Amino acid sequence: MRKIISILFAALAAMVLAVPAMADAATDATHKEEKALDPKEIIFEHLGDGYGWEVPFNHHKRIPLPVIVKAKGDGWHCFLSSRLDNGQEYTTADGVTFRIAGHDSPYKGKVVQVLSDGQEVKPTFDISITKNVAAMFISFIVVAWLLIWLARFHKRNPLKAPRKGLGFVEVLVVFIWDSVVKSTLKDKAMKFAPYLMTVFFFIFFMNLLGLVVVFPGGANLTGNIAVTLTLAVLTFLVTNIFGNKHYWKEIFWPDVPLWLKFPLPIMPMIEIFGMFTKPAALTVRLFANMMGGHMIVLVLTLLIFIFSAVNPIAGGATTVVSVLFSVFMLLIDVLVSFIQAYVFTMLSTIFISLAQEKEHEKESKEQHDADERREREERLEDHMVNTGLDSAIEPVKAAPAPAAAK
Amino acid sequence: MELFKPDFGLVFWMFVGFAVLFFILWKFAWPVILKTVDKRADLIDKGVEYAQNAKIHLDNAQKESEKMLNQTRAQQADMLRDADRMKTQIIEEARTAAQQEAQKVMDAARVSIAQQQKQAEKQFRDQVSDFALNIAAKVVKNQMADPKAQSELVNTYLDEIENNNDGKPQADAAKK
Repeated sequence: MRKIISILFAALAAMVLAVPAMADAATDATHKEEKALDPKEIIFEHLGDGYGWEVPFNHHKRIPLPVIVKAKGDGWHCFLSSRLDNGQEYTTADGVTFRIAGHDSPYKGKVVQVLSDGQEVKPTFDISITKNVAAMFISFIVVAWLLIWLARFHKRNPLKAPRKGLGFVEVLVVFIWDSVVKSTLKDKAMKFAPYLMTVFFFIFFMNLLGLVVVFPGGANLTGNIAVTLTLAVLTFLVTNIFGNKHYWKEIFWPDVPLWLKFPLPIMPMIEIFGMFTKPAALTVRLFANMMGGHMIVLVLTLLIFIFSAVNPIAGGATTVVSVLFSVFMLLIDVLVSFIQAYVFTMLSTIFISLAQEKEHEKESKEQHDADERREREERLEDHMVNTGLDSAIEPVKAAPAPAAAK
Repeated sequence: MELFKPDFGLVFWMFVGFAVLFFILWKFAWPVILKTVDKRADLIDKGVEYAQNAKIHLDNAQKESEKMLNQTRAQQADMLRDADRMKTQIIEEARTAAQQEAQKVMDAARVSIAQQQKQAEKQFRDQVSDFALNIAAKVVKNQMADPKAQSELVNTYLDEIENNNDGKPQADAAKK
């Protein structure tokens, strides 16, 4: 009870304090930019990629990251993104000019090459280390560091369970290894485990880092379709490269009535379509879940600014509600981060295991059926012997024999 | 929208990065971690099994020891009972032996007492007969002071002698 009262009190105080601040912010905004808040713009700017990394409390400074582009009709160029901040143009030593395309350009937000006549063209290749790429590298480093740490621990004490932080990493390892990889792939588990476990840890840490608001995190990485698509394509490749003969037979000549596959290959077409829908589902599921989570939090935060522009008191009230909901949503997103990483790994495992199935399983099923039938007959006979019915049946059984002899 | 169109740069780096990470982990992390985890799981399974077996053994051992203890206790009780019986027997024997001995001593004492009694009786009779003879001699001396009475007694004795010599003293006495 006391806790609830103190929470309510804190909320009220926050509201009272927030009102003047919001009023200031609102007037500031009107003075400086004198244009309406564009929530869509802000949301997609935050969800999207960028050449620099935003820092908190400053809209003009960004952490510079390298831009690597191959200009049209020219070589590779590499420079820091800080040279392009705030719409600046940058001309390299050999006279190629770059800038970040503005809002009205078809290449909005991308580095473009400015030709001598002022026309913007996209560079041939743009493999800049953007915010997302940098965030990806950070999660790579974190994952590699944690797992190599764990491996070193295991090498040093082979029969000891790690405690504390490393224990948590191992809990995840054992959870995925035992309940997903080993239970689905059985004896093939060790062959595919490195890929599947890497995928899990990579997605999980990218998800989590995406939820951290400031520097090492904050990039909406798994909510970017390029990342999820790449992972799904990798699963697709692993599934099909390591698929066995039975898998391919099931696709091109499945076990269905002949008219379904000849002359019109209906089933093979469906199967081939299925090959591609599986990774597509993987791509969209992870992408939509993570992007949705980020978007809800952003919208809730933006609500504060939208309402503050209308009325400072409404803005103050919204602050409390929005912050509470944002925290709640972020907590849910932590859960979703784990679930989505788990689901991606589990589905990948299942797709891979489906391509590893052996044919003899069907035969063994027939064998099993035959065994069952025989057993049932034996049981019936036993029953008849026990109840004395066999003596009644014996003459009937014996009768046809002479008839046949005649 | 940029979000829904995969960006080439990101896909490129993703492939490269993932390949590097996969290679590193495949080379240095996963084999060690997974093998150790499995080995440890095996060890734990075996340990549990061992512990269960040990518990069963322990239970058996406890039962066994209890049984042995009970046996020993029974034996002890038997031995104690035997010892008790032996003790009473020994005491009994000792008592009977002592009684017999006492009886012997008593018998001996009784015999000697009887002998002494007889002796004493005999002595006493001798003395009494002495006394009686003396008294009789004195009485006779007194009675025989008179010669008539002497001769009469001499006669009586003579008669008696006569009767004894005939061989029929009783018949004569009866005739008289």
